[in-house]
Amino acid sequence: MSDAIVSLRNVDKRYVRGKQSVEVLQHLNLDIPKGDFVALMGPSGSGKTTLLNLIGGLDTATAGEITVAGQRLDQLGQGALARWRARHVGFVFQFYNLMPMLSAQRNVELPLLLTHLSGAQRKANALAALTLVGIADRAKHKPGELSGGQAQRVAIARALVADPTLLVCDEPTGDLDRKSADDVLHLLQMLNREHGKSIVMVTHDPKAAEFASRQLHMDKGTLLEAGTLAA
Amino acid sequence: MKFFPLIWATLWRKKTRTIFTLLSMVVAFLLFGVLETVDYAFAHPGGGATGADKLITTNKYSITLSLPFSDTQEIRAVPGVAEVTWISWFGAYYQESKNFVFALPVDTDSYFNLHKDEFIVSDEQMLAYRNTRSGALVNSALMKKFGWKVGDKVPLHSTIWTQKKDGSLDWTFDIVGTFDAKDATQAGQQASTLLFHYDLFDEGRSFGKGSVGWFEERVTDPSQSGAISGRIDALFANSPNETKTQPAKDFALAFMKQFGDIGFVLRAILGAVFFTLLFLTGNTMMQSVRERTPELAVLKTIGFGDGKVLGLVIGESLLLCVIAAVIGLALSYAALPIIKLGLQGVELSPKALLPGIGAAVLLALIVGLPPALRAGRLNIVDALADKR
Repeated sequence: MSDAIVSLRNVDKRYVRGKQSVEVLQHLNLDIPKGDFVALMGPSGSGKTTLLNLIGGLDTATAGEITVAGQRLDQLGQGALARWRARHVGFVFQFYNLMPMLSAQRNVELPLLLTHLSGAQRKANALAALTLVGIADRAKHKPGELSGGQAQRVAIARALVADPTLLVCDEPTGDLDRKSADDVLHLLQMLNREHGKSIVMVTHDPKAAEFASRQLHMDKGTLLEAGTLAA
Repeated sequence: MKFFPLIWATLWRKKTRTIFTLLSMVVAFLLFGVLETVDYAFAHPGGGATGADKLITTNKYSITLSLPFSDTQEIRAVPGVAEVTWISWFGAYYQESKNFVFALPVDTDSYFNLHKDEFIVSDEQMLAYRNTRSGALVNSALMKKFGWKVGDKVPLHSTIWTQKKDGSLDWTFDIVGTFDAKDATQAGQQASTLLFHYDLFDEGRSFGKGSVGWFEERVTDPSQSGAISGRIDALFANSPNETKTQPAKDFALAFMKQFGDIGFVLRAILGAVFFTLLFLTGNTMMQSVRERTPELAVLKTIGFGDGKVLGLVIGESLLLCVIAAVIGLALSYAALPIIKLGLQGVELSPKALLPGIGAAVLLALIVGLPPALRAGRLNIVDALADKR
């Protein structure tokens, strides 16, 4: 698939813990078209997060080919992978993972420290990202002063600020109440539909998965089913 | 510089811990500054007979052993020696042993000829000194310290020399004039000095008559000092009073070492201080990095490479150590006048504080490197596993 932003071919992932070898992913093949919003579902231990890590360039496959945003990740070293992540991927975590000692604006600026932008430009871009996610008025607040939903919006702004090709979200609503979760999911949907961001989201929540344009189910390291749903 | 706000914020992540760590490091660097200054002062004695053209001749085996006065003529005859004078250690204090006075019995003509460019004394007071057998010339700083005035009669207690007339250790002098150092850098060295007539001392003491503590020579050509020293010592080789002639600076060092190897003692204390500091700061840094494992993993996730994460931790360690060093050394600089009160005659230099910054950087690297390497090698997936 030529317009695939994510393409996996015969991907295996095996973890070795002491003398034990655990097969987490087996002969996985997957294509995600550019501009897609994919929800990755499945029981605990099915390999969802491992697959997300491979797509996000946080981990390397034991075997197979992984191409994301036109780059063969399985051919990159750790340094090159870090640079690639900085350019192409925005990450959103379940527990926000914001720096507690930095203000929302400083948190959002973090990915921009790896660019050549000036301090003023970094600040302007961070404020623009915070405005996009609807939380510019809390720019000076630290994570401890924000609600869960607000903190997750800041985390999304941080993921967006460097204008990545792909957003990778690991249980982004797992720590939020229904209302906040829906707000965050609407935000992700808006980013996908109006800004064309490709999104891969791991979730246990079927309601959250309904916001995606496509759902993938995993079990025991394999993709069981792929379908296209109307969100 | 763009990473500075991040490093600064990280440093103050746990304010109480950072403040207490900083305080203990400030105290250590204050101690470092004080001890290093004292060590430097002893290793680089200024003032006095420390010019390049000055030599000192002492007994070969100990500067506490005397030499015969009769050696004077032989030394004076050595080619290259322009002037020679003789001095003895009087070991004096005023009223209480804590009031040390650097009292020296000197031969007026030869001493002031040898040190002619080093003192500021009025002609009138010099004349009064020459004409007063019990007269003393006193450094104006010492005059001020004890509230003495010209015309005062002051008793000094010698810790060595009893008087022939009554066996007393108390000697009385008439202050007839004051002097100051011409070279401001030698002011500290001369701050406790009192000069009086050698004849009065030699004739008044109950023992040791005809002996001197050491000789000072001025040479015509400083580049020949080594050869001249050899010639002087050769004169007295295999005699009962063999000599050791050395540059005045080396003599000053040897003189101070009478009190023990001060440098070694100070370095030993400093070593203990920094050894403790290594564990303290090292433990704090390790703990701090351990606590921030998920945050460091997030930085790596968003694209910070191993080197950048390592650099951030080293930067944090550097910042902590340099802040502590700057505050501690500034405090020790401010304490210099107080230290000078306890170390009369020793010139203290702020230059001695410079190694403190070097020590801070070294300390930062030693304590910062292990946690920095750990942070740099952090496996993102493992580090995030507990907190996603």
